[in-house]
Amino acid sequence: MKFGKVLFAAAAATAMTTAAQAGTLDDIKARGELNCGVATPLPGFAAPNAENVWEGLDVDVCRAVAAAVLGDPMKVKITPTTSKERFTVLQSGEIDLLARNTTWTLSRDVNLGFEFVGVNYYDGQGFLVNKSLGVSSATELDGASVCVQTGTTTELNLADYFRAQGMKYETVPVATAEEGGKVYDEGRCDVYTTDASGLYSLRSTLSAPDEQIVLPEIISKEPLGPLVRHGDQQWGDIARWTLNAMIIAEELGVTSENIDEMASSTNPSVLRLIGAEGNMGEQLGLDAKWAYNVVKNVGNYGESFKRNLTDTLNIERGINAQWKDGGLLYAPPMR
Amino acid sequence: MSAETAQNARGSGGASLFSDQRFRSLFFQALVIGLLGAFLVFIVYNTAHNIEKRGIQTGFAFLDAAAGYDIAISPFMEYTATHTHGRVFLVGLFNTLLVSFLGIIAATFLGVFLGVLRLSPNWLVSRIVYCYVEFTRNVPLLLQILLWYAIFLALPSVKQSITMFNDIIILNKRGLVLPEPLPGDGFMLVPIALVVAIVASIFFARWAKKTQAATGKIYPVFMTNTAMIIGLPLLAFAVTGFPLDFAYAELKGFNFKGGVVIKPEFTALWFALSLYTAAFISETVRAGIQSVSHGQTEASEALGLRPSWTMRLIILPQALRVIIPPMTSQYLNLTKNSSLAVAIGYPDIVQSFGGVTLNQTGQAIEVIFITMLVYLTISLLISAFMNWYNNRVSLVER
Repeated sequence: MKFGKVLFAAAAATAMTTAAQAGTLDDIKARGELNCGVATPLPGFAAPNAENVWEGLDVDVCRAVAAAVLGDPMKVKITPTTSKERFTVLQSGEIDLLARNTTWTLSRDVNLGFEFVGVNYYDGQGFLVNKSLGVSSATELDGASVCVQTGTTTELNLADYFRAQGMKYETVPVATAEEGGKVYDEGRCDVYTTDASGLYSLRSTLSAPDEQIVLPEIISKEPLGPLVRHGDQQWGDIARWTLNAMIIAEELGVTSENIDEMASSTNPSVLRLIGAEGNMGEQLGLDAKWAYNVVKNVGNYGESFKRNLTDTLNIERGINAQWKDGGLLYAPPMR
Repeated sequence: MSAETAQNARGSGGASLFSDQRFRSLFFQALVIGLLGAFLVFIVYNTAHNIEKRGIQTGFAFLDAAAGYDIAISPFMEYTATHTHGRVFLVGLFNTLLVSFLGIIAATFLGVFLGVLRLSPNWLVSRIVYCYVEFTRNVPLLLQILLWYAIFLALPSVKQSITMFNDIIILNKRGLVLPEPLPGDGFMLVPIALVVAIVASIFFARWAKKTQAATGKIYPVFMTNTAMIIGLPLLAFAVTGFPLDFAYAELKGFNFKGGVVIKPEFTALWFALSLYTAAFISETVRAGIQSVSHGQTEASEALGLRPSWTMRLIILPQALRVIIPPMTSQYLNLTKNSSLAVAIGYPDIVQSFGGVTLNQTGQAIEVIFITMLVYLTISLLISAFMNWYNNRVSLVER
């Protein structure tokens, strides 16, 4: 009977969706593709290049996870998300991983039902103004019009900062960095505020980048990191250790270029990383060469940083250097 | 076996019960309701299940939590970042109502005006309106909103503002700055006088109508009422000694301080909504007027009625019956289209409450549910009002 068939199909669809929520890793393997959410174009972190291939520090996290799970960094379906929709997209299961310069906060970690898997960029909120305004400090911004991306921690810090300083401002909400750049260029606002890295990135897209300065004040802590849905511990572990593998590789001096020679290394840490020793991959439910694939295809953290941020936007390593070099990057040991 | 029992036997059989039309229709209706119910139960269950599974906290407690972010436009109530998400909801709601209300008024006036012009015997006028209507209603509204926003952002910057009337009115890309009225002692008498004048005009109009019905004497109702509504508040204003001051805006630092600022986000949205909807309304009005046969006009003229009376007493009552129902849908459309505010950052309910609050709290289901309920309520209220008005103006048929 027809109705019977429809009912059966509905039941089957229900069963499939229920199963789909069980194991993210199995889903991705079955699909042969990782669904990864990134920023709407934000040069340096996530933006398509001239060949329409997405590049950036955040995109590299997606590619690294794809390399670890599927062995191929290109098996990623990139979904650009606005700051407003990013969480809903992840919550609904449309993407498996969100690497979208998202600040790790308690309420996002707890209340929204997410799991931050680490920090891939230590940032802080700053202000971008036109030189012609003659402003040299954020404390002189009383009465200014400020462009800010909606639905971000930036928006909350901005309100806090001006309130703490006893200053007034006019908020001009924008949906994406691209739109914000346009509105700022038009002169609708005097100041653009976002994480400092975002300011450098935005500045490169403005009509007169040299006319803009970033004010010295950094008004917040913004640890930006990739996140996954809460509840699938295995998947969270894979994402966390993929990021750690990139950081550890840099610490050990393993790069995409020399990794093949590392098989003859005498350092047990290196051998564990490239899968020649121990069973790290097996513990994660992955291939023994998972970390090898990450570093070989995407590079270590330092390579990714240099390629995406230093070479194009002149962003220094600063606090994003390895702990040995006085920075904050400190990955737990892989053993 | 008689023919009757044979029929009964057929009727009670499974296959032939189905050929009974009444049974069949009952069966299918029950089936549809059952499937719909099962679907709803499935959706609710599925949502609850997934929320629980993903550890998302639910509930409406977030409405009492501090919002923490600022909203640029809040003309009706004080709002700062320390107010609650519940207050954000109210601010957003009022902003939606404001732009919808002003949009409906502007679109109606402009639409009626254009609709009449479209019927003008003057070829040029009628063609110009035709072009306007075709152009406006065939370009997506979102593009028109962005276009108006771009136009307003192309105005001069703050330092090069256009000033009018000795710096009283200032125009730049941050908005239109007007002097802020500061009512002094006794100013309250003016709005009171206005209300009194309006109530008095309603009574006068009723009285005049009754008198006309009884005696045939005609009073100049429109002129008297206009004089009363304008005159009485002015009189009150003069008697209390003009208790109104203005605070003029001054350029201080980045922006003008003092005064009332009408932001470009609001103006762009209001213009786009009004102009877009006016095009549809003008066509509705044209259709309404054309639906009244020309014989009616001729008959009225033959009876010696003035042209203005012909319009008011003969044509309009018959045209309104055609005009009102589609006009209602245009009002509903305008209200719902106002949610496109999100594209240019006008803080209506979708941008502020449905957007930022949703994002800051993560309570997607609650927020979207409330927002949908708001639009449903506004739409039903508009519908109810227009249906009431439609019944009022509908012709009494004999």
